[in-house]
Amino acid sequence: MDLTLKVWRQKNREEKGRLETYKVTGISEHASFLEMLDIMNEQLIKEGTEPVAFDHDCREGICGTCSLYINGEAHGPDRKVTTCQLHMRMFKDGETIYIEPWRSAAMPVIKDLIVDRSSFDRIQQSGGFVSVNTSGNTQDANALPIPKMNADKAFDAAACIGCGACVATCKNSSAMLFVAAKVSQFAYLPQGKVEAKQRVLNMVEQMDIEGFGNCTNTGACEVECPKSISIEYIAKMNREFLSASCSSES
Amino acid sequence: MSNGLSDSSVGRKVLMALSGFFLLFFLMQHFVINLFSVISADLFNEISHFMGTNGLIQFVLQPILIFGFLFHLAMGMYLERKNSAARPIKYAMDKPSENSNWMSRNMLITGIMVMLFLALHFYDFWFPEIKTKFIDGDWSGLHNGEFRYWEELHHKFQDIIRVSIYCVAFIFLALHLSHGFQSAFQSVGFNHNKYTPIIKKLGTLYAIIIPFGFIFIALFHYFTQN
Ligand code: HEM
Ligand code: SF4
Ligand code: FES
Repeated sequence: MDLTLKVWRQKNREEKGRLETYKVTGISEHASFLEMLDIMNEQLIKEGTEPVAFDHDCREGICGTCSLYINGEAHGPDRKVTTCQLHMRMFKDGETIYIEPWRSAAMPVIKDLIVDRSSFDRIQQSGGFVSVNTSGNTQDANALPIPKMNADKAFDAAACIGCGACVATCKNSSAMLFVAAKVSQFAYLPQGKVEAKQRVLNMVEQMDIEGFGNCTNTGACEVECPKSISIEYIAKMNREFLSASCSSES
Repeated sequence: MSNGLSDSSVGRKVLMALSGFFLLFFLMQHFVINLFSVISADLFNEISHFMGTNGLIQFVLQPILIFGFLFHLAMGMYLERKNSAARPIKYAMDKPSENSNWMSRNMLITGIMVMLFLALHFYDFWFPEIKTKFIDGDWSGLHNGEFRYWEELHHKFQDIIRVSIYCVAFIFLALHLSHGFQSAFQSVGFNHNKYTPIIKKLGTLYAIIIPFGFIFIALFHYFTQN
């Protein structure tokens, strides 16, 4: 496959940045999208151009770092995949492909296609955990009875890899799906219930401080989420938030 | 710590949804009353006179309604401003239609179109009504010894331009509500395996029946002029 790539280049946080056009040739349709970018970068190095910086780590859809907005969609045209799981057979020979970083005030570009996603970390640090001592005295997992449905719901929410596709794709740059997943994964479990009220209030507050937008229920996030997190978790978070803000004891 | 309804993103959406519910309820009763103008001029006159002269409706519910509209409008604009600030640099290539529908992405535009129509609607009905009652002090509801409400309504719809504007505005309202109805439930945290699909269908029904019902009423009066 021969392709024309329009790639976002930006030296650092401060620089304005621009789209550059690169041509790549002889790409296998079995290559992954990131392999295609590797080939492009080798080509750029040979030409004496600085290679394009992009985030990646596991390359198997679990770390969530490979955040690219490809041809107008988070993680490209395929569904339920991260960029590293996207294959070139989803594209046509001769196609022009736009490759841009996530766009959000709360996730500014650091360099080229890499964004600063520490806003997600700060949201997590504000409440996305359970404060129990787990070292050395781990309980038998079956000691606490948990209804199957709750276990399933918590597990589905816990599938979120924090990739940020929901933010990137949302017209409001809202982080509701991410935060909802992180709130819900604990809210459904007895261990998480202890701090549930404080958790949801703190995490929503941190989300707002970071400058993410407000949800307008377009549903775009659940379509683009590589882990199929449903917006029913957003409703769950809204319930948690409402009940916590109406009844918080502290 | 944030716990207020008005100082958090989730809380503001809840307030937006509550004002939306309120407007949905208002619109429904308005529609039912207008429908009487098709069925019986006398009945329509009776109801209009009651609505127009009842103290509770005029001095309690009407101010609440005006506040509800202004609140919905102001909050909608405020949220939209925050939302566009959340993405200062737009994508060079963006395909939002791949993952969401037009109505859900353009609530402010469809809402503002409804608001513009409301300006005409106020000019047509509300301002004259206020003038008659509060400036001229005429609470009789009579004109030449007969109830004036049905005649006034009927008379307004003889103008094809006005009727056309009404029809277009109600199409925008239909678009607004086809997303808004079910969205409001989600915003207040209502999402249920069994009931959410029903709510979505109800929302579609509401968004068709009420706006197109209003269009029907306007056309009915236009075509029955004598
Ligand atoms: C005055 C003109 C109007 C404007 C400017 C307006 C604006 C908006 C905006 C911007 C939203 C989206 C807010 C969000 O999702 O965050 C919205 C939602 C909504 N609107 Fe309106 N609107 C108007 C009139 C109406 C009317 C007349 C009704 C009903 C009869 C209505 C019912 C709703 C409902 C039910 C929602 C959904 C609330 C939610 O998603 O939680 N709106 N409106
Ligand atoms: S909810 Fe989905 S799209 Fe959002 S961060 Fe988690 S995995 Fe990524
Ligand atoms: S590189 Fe880890 S999810 Fe793509």
